[in-house]
Amino acid sequence: MTELRILSPTAILGYGFPLSSFEVGLEREPHVIAVDAGSTDPGPYYLGSGDSFTQRSAVKRDLRYLIEAALDRKIPLIIGTAGGSGARPHVDWNLAIIDELLEELKRTARIAVIYSDIDREFLIEELQAGKVQSLGPAGELTAEDILASTNLVAQMGLEPIMQALEEGAEIILAGRAYDPTVFAALPVLKGYDMALSLHMGKILECAAIAANPGSGSDCLFGTLAGDHFVLEALSPERECTRISVAAHTLYEKSDPYSLPGPGGSLDLRETTFEQLPGGRVKVAGTKFVPTDAYFLKLEGASLIGYRTISIAGVRDPIMIGQIDEVIARVKERVADNFQELKDYQLHVHCYGKNGVMGQLEPHPEPAHELGLVIEAVARTQEIADTICSFARSTMLHYGYPGRKSTAGNLAFPYSPSDVSAGAVYKFNVYHLLEVDDPKSLFPIKIGRRGYEIR
Amino acid sequence: MRYVKDVALVIRSKNAGPYELTFDLMFPDEATYNEVGKSITKDKIAALYQIEEEQVLSIIHFAPAYAVKITIVRPRPSGDLGETDVYGAQQHTPLFQLTY
Repeated sequence: MTELRILSPTAILGYGFPLSSFEVGLEREPHVIAVDAGSTDPGPYYLGSGDSFTQRSAVKRDLRYLIEAALDRKIPLIIGTAGGSGARPHVDWNLAIIDELLEELKRTARIAVIYSDIDREFLIEELQAGKVQSLGPAGELTAEDILASTNLVAQMGLEPIMQALEEGAEIILAGRAYDPTVFAALPVLKGYDMALSLHMGKILECAAIAANPGSGSDCLFGTLAGDHFVLEALSPERECTRISVAAHTLYEKSDPYSLPGPGGSLDLRETTFEQLPGGRVKVAGTKFVPTDAYFLKLEGASLIGYRTISIAGVRDPIMIGQIDEVIARVKERVADNFQELKDYQLHVHCYGKNGVMGQLEPHPEPAHELGLVIEAVARTQEIADTICSFARSTMLHYGYPGRKSTAGNLAFPYSPSDVSAGAVYKFNVYHLLEVDDPKSLFPIKIGRRGYEIR
Repeated sequence: MRYVKDVALVIRSKNAGPYELTFDLMFPDEATYNEVGKSITKDKIAALYQIEEEQVLSIIHFAPAYAVKITIVRPRPSGDLGETDVYGAQQHTPLFQLTY
């Protein structure tokens, strides 16, 4: 094989893609279809709760085309960070969708499922043995954090996915995986340069976001050769430009020259980006710098309580002029009224003033109207409901100095005015774990599944 | 004195993981990138965001995209109590005041 071709259908499984682009991609005879299904961007809730941040029907729609195309062409389909966060409930959720589709399509497939959950007792032992490191601004990890996390995963590297390919998997459903791995596993297995394979994966994982105009719901095609790779968009509406591809290297990262991952870092100091005709970009020169030891990134989230919110507008300029004071007085009234309930958080987001930037806002002068989100987080939903309700009614009738509108201070768009928003999580593990074997923490379950197999 | 926003093609913010906020400024050509890029300093960024200079983790010049990347410590981990912007996608506007 002198070149290896990879079709990346969409930025995140469930974000969709035009069938016209997908078909153009298939005509180029890809050797693998790979898709990243996850991100920490939507926040800690999804990892903590085990829910997917993509909708089931949207994921099923995408997978229907991907599974049919892959099985028809006898090329592997590789899905990384299943269900958005890659913990066991996310993987099982996605596996159920695959099973359902195989049944509907009357197909069977050899499927590898790779879990990425980390055993808590094991991790506490590793922590005590000094195998865990902090990552950037995150603090030191404690055994309490480990025990408190509801889901705890590690980002797998290439090795578990390469093993699943070697064992003949037609569909690989991976838990939490370093984003580029689903694209890079096959080329690395075939002997292609690891740095170029990973760098191409790093760009393919966001699909057409790296094209111009960018899109999170369109395909990107990568062709890997011995000493370079070439990227192209598959829709006539967009093209890859030198700047769009190079710029993507910056996206959601702190240092574009050094991109750390399991086992080492991509070094882009010598990387070149060259515009080719036909909206294609050629990339070369990327190096891989292995670390002395093999590190996996850990991610965990823990439950911190339950949230209730109330949305209201304020239009009265006399109230708006003293909004900070009003909010402070309301918080005092709530605290005074519920002295036995110390364990809650009450926060008022003040849109029109500093709702978007909070403490970073350089210009907190209020606009002529404000949107307030009263937010209570407490140990139980009932306490959160109580605190939010009391804060809302207190603010509605609060008699601030100089008040003329004595019938009510808040404009509610909804009845009921309060919404019980459910469980609230926070990231509580974001650390590195040193391991001897890149595969041992990622068990692979492999077998034929689908139509009339039970 | 001119505003960076008048010559930049892109001024954007986004999370770089749950604990960091990263800003990308991209320029149309090498000359603008060189001229504007060297004027961006940690003390200017700290002043615009009213944070300590140590909170500005890095300013990196990335010639292949004519881009300057600035990374600061997030005010709180993404999604933690008091969060205002889970994705960090709307934290860029103080950079519109940046001059060179």
